[in-house]
Amino acid sequence: MATIIDMPKLSDTMEEGTIAKWNIKEGDKVEAGDIVAEVETDKATMDLEAFDPGTVLKILVEEGDSAPLGAKLVILGEEGEDISDLEGDGASAKESDGDKKEEKKPSEDKDESEEEESSEDTSEEADEKGADQKSDDGGRVKASPLAKKMAEEKGIDLSKVEGSGPQGRVIKADIENYKGEAAPAAAEKKDAADAKPEKSDAKEEKAEAPKPSVSGTSMREDEDLKVSQMRKTIAKRLAESKFTSPHFYETIDIDMKKAMAVRASLNEISDVKISFNDLVVKACAVALRRHPWLNASWKGDVVRLNGDVNIAIAVAVDEGLLTPVIRHTDQKGLRDISIETKDFAARARDKKLQPQDWEGSTFTISNLGMFGIEEFTAIINPPNAAILAVGAIRDVPVVEDGQVVPGKRMKVTLSSDHRVVDGAKAAEFLNTVRKLLEDPASMLL
Amino acid sequence: MAQKQFREVIRDAIAEEMERDENVFIMGEEVAEYNGAYKATQGLLDRFGEKRVIDTPISELGFSGLGVGAAMNGLRPIVEFMTFNFAVVGMDQLINNAAKIRHMSGGQVKIPIVFRGPNGSAGQLAATHSVAYESLYGHFPGLITIHPSDPYDAKGLLKAAIRDDNPVIFLESEQMYGMKQEVPDEEYLLPIGKAEVKREGSDVTIVADGKLYHVAKQAAEELSKDGVEVELINPRTIKPFDMETVIKSVKKTNRCVVVNESHPFAGVAAEVGFQIQREAFDYLDAPVQRVTIPDVPAPFSKKLFDAWLPSPKNVIDAVNTVTYRN
Repeated sequence: MATIIDMPKLSDTMEEGTIAKWNIKEGDKVEAGDIVAEVETDKATMDLEAFDPGTVLKILVEEGDSAPLGAKLVILGEEGEDISDLEGDGASAKESDGDKKEEKKPSEDKDESEEEESSEDTSEEADEKGADQKSDDGGRVKASPLAKKMAEEKGIDLSKVEGSGPQGRVIKADIENYKGEAAPAAAEKKDAADAKPEKSDAKEEKAEAPKPSVSGTSMREDEDLKVSQMRKTIAKRLAESKFTSPHFYETIDIDMKKAMAVRASLNEISDVKISFNDLVVKACAVALRRHPWLNASWKGDVVRLNGDVNIAIAVAVDEGLLTPVIRHTDQKGLRDISIETKDFAARARDKKLQPQDWEGSTFTISNLGMFGIEEFTAIINPPNAAILAVGAIRDVPVVEDGQVVPGKRMKVTLSSDHRVVDGAKAAEFLNTVRKLLEDPASMLL
Repeated sequence: MAQKQFREVIRDAIAEEMERDENVFIMGEEVAEYNGAYKATQGLLDRFGEKRVIDTPISELGFSGLGVGAAMNGLRPIVEFMTFNFAVVGMDQLINNAAKIRHMSGGQVKIPIVFRGPNGSAGQLAATHSVAYESLYGHFPGLITIHPSDPYDAKGLLKAAIRDDNPVIFLESEQMYGMKQEVPDEEYLLPIGKAEVKREGSDVTIVADGKLYHVAKQAAEELSKDGVEVELINPRTIKPFDMETVIKSVKKTNRCVVVNESHPFAGVAAEVGFQIQREAFDYLDAPVQRVTIPDVPAPFSKKLFDAWLPSPKNVIDAVNTVTYRN
C-alpha cells in the first residue's frame, strides 16, 4: 500500500515550500524518522521527515522547485507497486493538512445527502465539487461573475469583502451590503488628482463644492460627468498599481543652487530652453544606469532589470494624464531631452500622441514644481518599479559655516514597489540623483 | 370560452386545419377505426372519410416515409405516433429525410409535415415507454420541435405547425391528455419560437417545458410563500429556442434553474445553461442549476418512478442552491 509524503505546513504563514535538497532518490529505502529533504519556507530551511517506512517509488517535485501546502512530494511503497493512479498532478495538488480536511468534511457530507435526495444528475454535482476545490487554491478570491462586475463598477476591492456564498464566494448581496472603506477607486481618483492636477479635475471639484449663498441653497446642481475612456483606464491602472504593488516612499531635499546657475549659463548658449525638469530627467537617467534595481519591473516569478533606460514624463491634459516616454534617456543630451519633452507636451495637449509614444517606459517622473507644490507622493506607473515626484524649488534659510544664508532647495519623493526595491536601494538611488543635481557637472562624466 | 381537454384541442386543431386545407390529412396506427390510442383523433374518420384519416400498419419506418413522400409532393401530412417511443423505429425518415431534404435540395423541396404523439413518461409504463425526446429532436437542424404545456398553447401551436412548411416534431406530454383549460372558441394561432413569461419574479428564473412546467409552477407557488419570487418561463418551442426571453430574465434575476424531462447529458437543460453562461456571464450570481430526470432509464416500480421524475421539492432544492439559501 503506497503512502504519500506531502508538503507540510512548517510555519504559520507558510503557503508553499521549496525543496532545497533531496536526501533521497527513487529506489531508496527510507525508515520512519529519516530526513528525506530540506524544505525552504518563507522563514527558514527545515527538515522534512518521513513518518512511514517504504521504498521511494516516485519523487514528484524537483530540487529547487516550489510546491503548495499539501502537494504530493514523494510516493513511498513496495518495489514494483503500481502507483499510476497516485501520481496525478504533483505540485498543483490541493492542500490537505489536517485542519482543512476537517473543515471539508461537513460540506462533503452535505453534498452526498443532496445527491440522495435530489434527482438532479450526479455527474453535474461531481463537476461542481471539482470546480469548487480547484478554485480554493492560491488565495484566489471567489466571487460570482455578477459580484466581480459590480465590484469593479463600484471600485470595491473584492479581497476585502467577506463572501456569504459557498466556500466564501462573494455574491451580489455581499457587494450590496459592503460597508467597508469608501470605494477605493474614488479615493484613488482623489490621489491621482492630488498627484497630477488637471483642468478637468479642477472642473469636477468646482462642480462638487457648492458656493456659499445667502439663502443657504446650492448655487449649482450636482453634476454627474460621464467617465471618459481615458479616465477609466487611469482609474483602473492606478488602482491596480496602488492595490497590488506595495508602495513605500522616501523623500530627499536637494540643494539646487548650482543647478540653477548651470541652467542659466546653459540657456545662454542653447537654442532650446532647458528646464529644471530636463535636468531632473537627465540626472535620473544617469542614476538609473547606476542603480538597475530602480529601472526594473515585477514579473511575478522574476524581477526584470530593464536593459534600456526609458523615462516617462507625466503630462496633464484635459481628460486626464498621459505618460509619453523618452527612449534611451540615458544616451540623450539635455538639448534632446528638452526638445522631445516639449514635443510630447504639445502633442499630448493636441491629442496627437500614439500608443507607441507611451508604451515601454521603465521609470516615470511627475513634476508639480510649476504649481508651487512643495512635495507629494505619486502612484507607480506599472510596470515600472518606481516613480519620482518632483516638487518646487523653494527659497529657504540654510546654515552654511555657522551662518544662516538664503538657499534654494527642491524636495523629491520616490515611490517604490517594495516587491522589487528595498529601502536602502531606493535611498542609494536618491542620493545619486541628489549628488548629480547638486553638482551638475558630474552628469557629464 | 369552453373548458377543453388537451386531447380535445389537439383534435380540434387537426379538424380545423383539415377543414381549411384539403391537402391536410392524418395517418397513424389506429387513428381511424379505433379513434386514436389516446382519442386525439376521435370522430375524424366519420367527418373526413378514409382518404384523409388513414389507419397504417405497425410500421413506423414505412408510414413516416410515406408521410415524407406525400409532403414532398405537396400534401400536408400529420403523422401520429402511438407514442414517440415507437418513432425511434422510423428515425431514419425523421432525421435523415424529413430534417434534411429541404437543405439538400437547396430549398427546392419543402417538407410541410407534422409528426405528433405522446412524449415522455406516464405512470409505470417502464423504461421503453417513458422517454422524453425533446432534447433528441432539438439536436437536429431542420426539425422544428414543439413541447407545449397546456391546451391553450397546444392548440395555437399545432395549428401553426400544420401551416409551417418545415417538418415539425409536436410532442404531447402523455400525462397531460386529460388536462382541462379554457380555450377560445374563435380561431387563434401562436407563433413558433416564442417563449412566455408565465409569472414575473425578481429572485430566480425558472425555465420549464412540457408537463414539468406544472411541477415548476407548484414549486414557484411554494417558494413565494417563503418570500422567494420566481420568474417562470415556458419556452413552448424547444427548437428554435427563445433564448432572448430567458437571457433578459436572467439579467434581471441573476440566477437560473432549468427544469426539463430529458436526460441531463447534452440535453435541453445543458444547452440553456451553456447559452446563459455565454450570453449573461457577468449577470450570474450563482452557477446555473438544472433539474432533470437522472441519467438512468425509467424504473417500473411506482416508488422508484416517483423518485425518478422531478418533483416540486427537487425544483425548490435547486432554487435554494442558486439563491444560496441552503
